[in-house]
Amino acid sequence: MKVNELSKLINAKNLHDIGLENEVKSGYTCDLLSWVMARGNEGCAWVTVQTHMNVVAVASLKEMACIILPDDITMEEAPLNKAKEEGVAVLSSPLSAYSICAKMAKAGLPSC
Amino acid sequence: MIAESFSVEKGDYLRAGEASTKMKNMLKKLGIGGSVLRRISVAAYEVEMNLVIHSLGGTLSIDLDGDYIWLVSEDIGPGIPDIESAMREGYSTADEIAQGMGFGAGMGIPNMKRNADVFEIESEPNKGTKIKMGFLMGGGKSE
Ligand SMILES: Nc1ncnc2c1ncn2[C@@H]1O[C@H](COP(=O)(O)OP(=O)(O)OP(=O)(O)O)[C@@H](O)[C@H]1O
Ligand SMILES: [Mg+2]
Repeated sequence: MKVNELSKLINAKNLHDIGLENEVKSGYTCDLLSWVMARGNEGCAWVTVQTHMNVVAVASLKEMACIILPDDITMEEAPLNKAKEEGVAVLSSPLSAYSICAKMAKAGLPSC
Repeated sequence: MIAESFSVEKGDYLRAGEASTKMKNMLKKLGIGGSVLRRISVAAYEVEMNLVIHSLGGTLSIDLDGDYIWLVSEDIGPGIPDIESAMREGYSTADEIAQGMGFGAGMGIPNMKRNADVFEIESEPNKGTKIKMGFLMGGGKSE
């Protein structure tokens, strides 16, 4: 599925408009960066409450499809611009991390 | 032979990840991609973040020879007193600030080791740490 389809599925807001056509191949949730570095995959939709610059670096280096912020969390402009530059979509959903993952799993996305 | 080096400063969380990203883009332009590029990216990021979080500052450099891409990190201290512990998954001395940002799982060095085809670490307390990693351009490890 594409990022923009996933975005609709979890009632998310796209915090910028780049990367919405990225193909989502799997999902993951964790807030420990080097854990995600070890377990995350290319094309993954990553649910995290972390919003700083390094989250974008991790997502971009791993060639992830998008970062998903749960519970209506937003991201500051600097990391957001960086994500835009790197082609990583950033979504903000009103749902909890648990509900987002449940919806992704129900839609058939495997875990990383 | 193409070499490039980047200086990485202690505590510079805002720029952190920049050297790894630049290296990745540079390698991409040289036609390197796929699994080896992703493995280098993970290792470069982990070693760069360790310079930011744990060292007093250092440099990260990249070098290509015939078969390998070499990634070398060298810092000016404080060194690692117990390398064996530092290599273990889960071992971390990251401070609260770093932990609050999601660092400190103690997975960085294990991630480097898992992704590199060659991994060498040397460290001397009060002097510094040097990590050298080699990535086979064709047919190295899988991810
Ligand atoms: N360049 C360095 N200088 C001094 N100490 C270091 C350096 N790199 C690593 N260490 C020590 O080795 C430990 C383990 O490093 P490692 O990268 O595996 O975990 P971490 O950085 O603590 O957490 P994570 O990488 O999971 O965010 C660190 O906590 C630190 O004590
Ligand atoms: Mg580390």
